Amino acid sequence: MADISQHLQEQVLHARDGGHKLNIVGGGTKAFMGREADPDAGTLSVGEHTGIVEYHPVELVLTVRAGTPLSDIEATLAEQGQALHFEPPRLGAASTIGGTLAANLSGPSRPWTGSVRDQVLGIRLLNGKGEHLRFGGQVMKNVAGYDVSRLQAGAMGSLGLITEISLKVMPKPAASMTLVQDMSMEEVIRYMNSRSAEPKPITGACWVDGKVYLRLSGARSAVEATADKWSGDVMEQGEKFWQSVQDMQHEFFAGNDVPLWRFSVGSTAANPKLEGDWFIDWSGAQRWYRGSGELKDMEPLAKAAGGQVSLFRGGDRSGEVMHHQPEALKGIQRRLKNAFDPDNIFNPGRLYSWL
Amino acid sequence: MTTKPKVSKAELAEQFRAFIDPNFVITDNETMKPYECDGMSMYCEMPLLVVLPETVEQVQRVMRICNENQVPVVARGAGTGLSAGAMPNKEGVVLSLAKFNRILEIDPLARTARLQPGVRNLAISEEAAQYGLYYGPDPSSQIACTIGGNVAENSGGVHCLKYGLTVHNLHSVEMVTAEGDVVTVGCDGLDACGMDLLALMTGSEGLLGVVTEVKVKLLPKPEVARVVMAGFDSVQNGGDAVGGVISHGIIPGGLEMMDGHAIVAADDFAQAGYPREAKALLLCEVDGTEEEVDEHIAQAEEVFRKFGATSVRTSQSEEERALLWKGRKSAFPAVGRISPDYYCMDGTIPRRELANVLLRMEEMSEEFGLRVANVFHAGDGNLHPLILFDANVPGEFERTEAFGSSILNLCVEVGGCITGEHGVGVEKIRQMAVQFSDDELQQFHDVKAAFDPAGILNPGKGVPALKFCQEYRSLEHKQHKHEHTEAAHG
Repeated sequence: MADISQHLQEQVLHARDGGHKLNIVGGGTKAFMGREADPDAGTLSVGEHTGIVEYHPVELVLTVRAGTPLSDIEATLAEQGQALHFEPPRLGAASTIGGTLAANLSGPSRPWTGSVRDQVLGIRLLNGKGEHLRFGGQVMKNVAGYDVSRLQAGAMGSLGLITEISLKVMPKPAASMTLVQDMSMEEVIRYMNSRSAEPKPITGACWVDGKVYLRLSGARSAVEATADKWSGDVMEQGEKFWQSVQDMQHEFFAGNDVPLWRFSVGSTAANPKLEGDWFIDWSGAQRWYRGSGELKDMEPLAKAAGGQVSLFRGGDRSGEVMHHQPEALKGIQRRLKNAFDPDNIFNPGRLYSWL
Repeated sequence: MTTKPKVSKAELAEQFRAFIDPNFVITDNETMKPYECDGMSMYCEMPLLVVLPETVEQVQRVMRICNENQVPVVARGAGTGLSAGAMPNKEGVVLSLAKFNRILEIDPLARTARLQPGVRNLAISEEAAQYGLYYGPDPSSQIACTIGGNVAENSGGVHCLKYGLTVHNLHSVEMVTAEGDVVTVGCDGLDACGMDLLALMTGSEGLLGVVTEVKVKLLPKPEVARVVMAGFDSVQNGGDAVGGVISHGIIPGGLEMMDGHAIVAADDFAQAGYPREAKALLLCEVDGTEEEVDEHIAQAEEVFRKFGATSVRTSQSEEERALLWKGRKSAFPAVGRISPDYYCMDGTIPRRELANVLLRMEEMSEEFGLRVANVFHAGDGNLHPLILFDANVPGEFERTEAFGSSILNLCVEVGGCITGEHGVGVEKIRQMAVQFSDDELQQFHDVKAAFDPAGILNPGKGVPALKFCQEYRSLEHKQHKHEHTEAAHG
């Protein structure tokens, strides 16, 4: 529970003076993500920068240092009957909130309760000039200045070191229930989407191994009444199943030999024609694929489905691993990088080779 | 940022008329007059000219010409903004998106709508209703305001706590950059690769790009909605009751509060049967399935009584629900009836500070000699004080502005911010220096330059030039010291 922001700031200034680069590391559970880290860069360790700065359950707002493990946050919230509604993947016990935001990782409830990016209200950021800046705030609505807080989601630390995050938190649902039934991949896209279009308390819809899983959560009466109306068997170990999806511990994700691809696509799009194993989540908007291949061959398939693809884990990480950016957006992101980190100190080449 | 344009008005008009219907390249003062301000009519300026393109390609050409000649461009939707964000630049072009008013596609299964930027907010929900869907964010101006403007301001409404702001309800935005490129940020998926430029664009007040198409998420219309109205004899009790509902695990679809002045004005106007003697009124709407709403309404009623409600009434029909909301929804015109003019402020505060802030505002009201009524999006801490004044009384608007500034400073002081949903525009540009340090403001300027190197998009709005900030801060400091000295002597 320490505030080491001054120490972190000194390291950034030191790197700047010496012309060094820095790889940001929190709990170290996301080392497999992004492009391979620059071997010549030093390590900027934020894992010791921990602790809850402020928490007002009635305000539904939590402010926390970026190196705080997700498990600590969840335990604190649980005492007040609250939770992080974006269900962050706990890729290991050490996974931190800062890394979760930088990588923009959210769990199975994301289409209904929002992503980590959606719940961020404000941040503190150490930029490449060593300035410790504050953006956004601790209130739900704040449109003063550009939304630099949410800009960090998915930037993989390329714009600076996030040191503190304010988040919207929500009450834990009173009840949850999971319905499961057999269904083919051809049928399931339509099925999940039509269920999602009903005004019912749905908070999860995924498909794997020929079975579709729907989760209902909210007021007990509403959950039970909906479960009665909808088809499918009530799953005994529902909660355990969704946890395995959230933490990517489901056996679909096991093993490192076969690359894991993430397609973020239109929820109703036909599935890309690729032989191999699929895990469909987010009511069709996120589709995981296990198989070898090259990014350049995957991209047209993702584009046809209205979205983008990234090589999430495994495979060749010396090339690009994220869907390519058109020239104009490349230009803007390069200039943004330069605006925050003019000496290119933070996570060089981790997001894209050109950043 | 901008230097003097390199081209005369006549030359510019001629260049535009080469590819835009000449009737929609407006250069005469009479026709340009309606464009001189937005909903914040106290701030006016006549533009150099107004142009209404009708294709994306025309927007691109306008941007290229303006970028090359360093002519400022102010994009404009319906002009309902409340911070003078669409006030013209006298050496620049007003780029009206009024002709981009088509709903391009609604996909009921995917629950999305593809829209041109000039589509009105309410028109989206009206069109989606046939599929049992609607668009979440519902700003008070939703009859008139456009989705392009909603993106520019990150508009909210009364349902934000549960359903989010504009930024939470977008898939993607197509925009024309300052340099005239067309780009799409976001995608049909829920997350896109790279930096989150979609978030950055949302709420950027027309300083980063011109939005030419928007794809929004649609939500299934709740089966049922009911509202509980509760009166309290103190603001403190009302505020605590809001916390009580939330602690109970209930997230209402809407949760609004009015103070005593607003209650009376609204009830006079709408005859909604509000408890006129109450010091605070809560409207708590719960929506969802029949079962859920029954369960939560019963809990909310109980919580309100526990927190000392002096009256509790729950809508028993759609008509009654509409009536209870009518007072709140007409609070602004209602206040308009009891005063020649009113000035609507827009700060956000941590909810726990509500009673304190309202009390301090009462004190300021006496100090400035101006009445103030308050409506409050209680669920998300967004406060709308309405300062009552008469623009015909010399000096009264200036006093109103000073009162408004003090309210915003107070919001920052208690841990809130200077604008929840109306934007900074011209109106709150000085207060930016209260909420942000010079380094932070400089970072904003650098962000802008990454999108708009020549600084032609809506210059002078949103982020203040640093030299003005120092002046403003020292002025505020002096005034503050002066007030303290007066108080000590008084």
